[in-house]
Amino acid sequence: MKVGFLHSIIRKEEKLLLEEFRNREGIELIKIDDRQQFFDLHKNDFDIDVIIERCVNHSRALHSMKIFSDHGIPTINNPEVAETCGSKFLTTQALIKAGVKTPRCFLAYTPESALEAMEHLGYPCVIKPTTGSWGRLISKVNDRDAAEAILEHKQILGSYHHSIFYIQEYLEKKGRDIRSFVVGNDCIAAIYRHSEHWITNTARGATASNCPVTQELHDISVQAAMACGGGVVAVDVFETDEGYSINEVNYTMEFRNSIDVTGVNIPEKIVDFVLKEGRQ
Amino acid sequence: MAECPVCGAEVSLEGDAEVGEIIACDDCGSELEVTGKDSLQEAPQEEEDWGE
Ligand SMILES: Nc1ncnc2c1ncn2[C@@H]1O[C@H](COP(=O)(O)OP(=O)(O)O)[C@@H](O)[C@H]1O
Ligand SMILES: [Mg+2]
Repeated sequence: MKVGFLHSIIRKEEKLLLEEFRNREGIELIKIDDRQQFFDLHKNDFDIDVIIERCVNHSRALHSMKIFSDHGIPTINNPEVAETCGSKFLTTQALIKAGVKTPRCFLAYTPESALEAMEHLGYPCVIKPTTGSWGRLISKVNDRDAAEAILEHKQILGSYHHSIFYIQEYLEKKGRDIRSFVVGNDCIAAIYRHSEHWITNTARGATASNCPVTQELHDISVQAAMACGGGVVAVDVFETDEGYSINEVNYTMEFRNSIDVTGVNIPEKIVDFVLKEGRQ
Repeated sequence: MAECPVCGAEVSLEGDAEVGEIIACDDCGSELEVTGKDSLQEAPQEEEDWGE
C-alpha cells in the first residue's frame, strides 16, 4: 500500500508516526512536504492509496486534503473534519446540532454587539479567534473594562479573522481539564492537563497525567468526534458539576506528552486506522 | 557534522535524523530544521494558523 505522509516541519509526533509506518510490512511511504508541493488542480498527479495529514498550518492542511479527497484518495482526516475542527464556530455549531454538551456561546460581528453579548453572558467570559490553537490570543474577560479594551484592540489591531467575535461562558476548571483521544469509534486514551494558569494547553506548559477513560468520558468523546465528522481527533473536555462539556475538537492532534502517561501507543493506533482506511 | 546557521557551532545529527525535523543547537539554543545529511537551516517562524 502506498501511504502519502503530508507534512511540513517534522515534530516529535511526525517522527513517531513515520517510525511506526516504516515498521509495517508492505508499506511504501511517500513524504509530501507542503512547502515544496504544488498541485495541478485538473489532474491527479499522485499514485497514492491513502493520505495522512500532519501539516502544522491549518490552511495548507485544509486545501491539500480537499484536493486529494476530490481525486478520490482517502485522507485522514477528511477535509470536512478539518474544516469543522479548524473553526471553533463550526465546531460549536456541530456540537450543538448533535446535542453534545458544550459551553454557552455567542457570536457577534461588531464591538458594540460583542460587548452586549458579554454583558448578557456575564463575567468572566472568554473571547477567542475562531481559528487558532495552542491557547494563542484567547482572552479571559473579567469585567466590562477589560471587555471594552480587548474589543477595541481587536478592532484596531486585529486581522480580518478577529472581526468575528466568538464569546464563550467561562467554566471554572479547578486547575485542570481533559484531553481525550478518539480514533474511529474508540476513545483510546485521555489525559488530565494541569496548570495554575486558566489556559491548560500542554503547548503552554500544562503538565499531563493519566485520566481513566470511563464509559461516560468515552461516550461523550466519541459523540463529539462523530459530530465533527469522525476520524482521528483529540477532544478538549471540561468537567462541570453537571457532567462533561466539550470545548473543542482538534484534527491534527499532538500526543507527544500523552504516550508515557497513558501507557497507550497512540501512533500505533493511528497507523492501524490509516492502513485500515487505505485498504477499503 | 553540520554547522549551525545562526552561531556557526558544529551540530552533530543523530543517525535517524529526518529531513524536516526540528532540533535545537546545543550552543546557541536556536531552533533548526534538518535539510539534509549534513545541513541545517533556521526553523520556520510560527504562523497564525499553526496548531492542532
Ligand atoms: N470557556 C472556557 N472556560 C475555561 N477555560 C477555557 C475556556 N475556553 C478555553 N479555556 C482554556 O484555554 C485553553 C485553550 O482554549 P481552546 O478553546 O482549547 O483553544 P486552543 O485551540 O487554543 O487550544 C483550554 O484548554 C482551556 O484550558
Ligand atoms: Mg484546545
